[in-house]
Amino acid sequence: MLKVLKSGLFTSVQDIGRYGYLNKGVPVAGYMDGFSAKKVNQLLDNNIDAAVLEITMTGPTLFFEEETYISMGGALLSATLNNEPVNNYEVIKVEKGDILSYGKLEKGFRNYLAVKGGFKTPMVLGSRSFFSSVTKKNHLVDGDELEYDACSLFEPKISKIIVDSFLDEKELKVTKGPEFKNLSDRQLEMLFGKKFSISNENNRMAYKLEEKIVGLTNSMITSATLPGTVQLTPSGKLIILMKDGQTTGGYPRILQLSDRAISVLAQKKYGDEVKFKLN
Amino acid sequence: MNSYPISIRPFGIHAILLEWPGRVDVAILEDILQFTQYLKECCLKGEEWEIVPAYNSVTLIYREEPIDFDQLKIKLLNWYQEDIKVVKREKILWRLPVCYDEDFGIDLKEISEKSGKSVDEIVKLHTTHIYNVFGIGFLPGFTYLGGVPKALEFDRRAEPRSKVVKGSVGLAGKQTGIYPQDSPGGWNIIGNCSVPMFDPKAKEPCFISVGDQVQFYKITKAEYNLHKIESEVGIYKLEKIILDA
Repeated sequence: MLKVLKSGLFTSVQDIGRYGYLNKGVPVAGYMDGFSAKKVNQLLDNNIDAAVLEITMTGPTLFFEEETYISMGGALLSATLNNEPVNNYEVIKVEKGDILSYGKLEKGFRNYLAVKGGFKTPMVLGSRSFFSSVTKKNHLVDGDELEYDACSLFEPKISKIIVDSFLDEKELKVTKGPEFKNLSDRQLEMLFGKKFSISNENNRMAYKLEEKIVGLTNSMITSATLPGTVQLTPSGKLIILMKDGQTTGGYPRILQLSDRAISVLAQKKYGDEVKFKLN
Repeated sequence: MNSYPISIRPFGIHAILLEWPGRVDVAILEDILQFTQYLKECCLKGEEWEIVPAYNSVTLIYREEPIDFDQLKIKLLNWYQEDIKVVKREKILWRLPVCYDEDFGIDLKEISEKSGKSVDEIVKLHTTHIYNVFGIGFLPGFTYLGGVPKALEFDRRAEPRSKVVKGSVGLAGKQTGIYPQDSPGGWNIIGNCSVPMFDPKAKEPCFISVGDQVQFYKITKAEYNLHKIESEVGIYKLEKIILDA
């Protein structure tokens, strides 16, 4: 068991996501930053669908009741194991009784913690990813316990990787969304000509951007939306749907973020800037 | 099939969007559903596609790998042109119980005043019409029901409520629907449906599919409470009518 001594701001269990229920209105969910989450699983030689912890901004304090191996990645949150600093993207041996805690946010927004074999929390509709209307909870609270298999010996293929400036990236690579053709030259100029900052309305469902462009007023018949879909509202506000985002929508879908761009955006917080780049 | 001009466009690298003419029309929805059934049964067999129909469109999503758009577009157009015989889709009409008691129908009074119709007349209108499920989205198990009579078309509330309770039956424009869980919402609430619309523990977490039909019937508060108990212990029986295709 992994005992949650302090839960942090918003810590949840996430895996690759929930497949097969989009036509019933169930979002994909899963880790927001797949780029980082996949790397921490790879380091431990975990399956692609192994569940990790997604740790947002203020990290938790965690007590390991069994020995195992862990790896962390994504945001830099000054993590320590028994008060000794530990690094991202390294395989770390953890003994029974060890305490992992997180400190100050230095860079990025979400950190991923993988454990050898993945967390064995309940599977609901084919995924362990927390999502409020499907799973019992949407984030961990103090005192929660998460199951994992003890592991005393593991020979990692690679014990450490260097990840480049991913957290510093500002450019969101996009392709044209279904309603891109409805944009005027002026709208295009605004969309690609300026930087946008992340508003305080950002969560696992969507990121709203602060600056407006000219809105699109012609109404549209409700149709499917995806994680990474950029919607333009009549007021000119841009909304970028994320992993818990609704599966259908009625606002024009002007751009679609690449998988990598979704990961880049997932590491941004209130006030950070991004720029769209058409691929 | 093949009776409509359809447009096919990329939607990111993992999805492809097929659009029929931009109308809310049961015949169009039916054509989409026949085609997607054909795709599932004959063309995309064994592959992990997610198929999301809504009103005049269907989105095909293949999350494993990027889609070769140009190639798939040609294939889809050919498949759509094929003179195919698909097994007629089973048409299902769900009869759903709604309690229109004023404790639940919190906006009934207001819309009754606005429309000049009595509460009973509104309830009667709402229960005599049959609605088509044009889409499922917004929340798990939230159905977009079309076919609302003109007299029941009301604008969304000026200020959305921060909490609309689970089961609430609402009206907004040409649509009616049931909130499958507590959520914020701006629809005019006229009653509450005692049947859970989404249950992650059930074998079929959402019993309704796009293309089905729904008719509401009025129940008393006592019947509502009984249904709730029956649902909790798992003995409530849904009223499902299979219509001739």
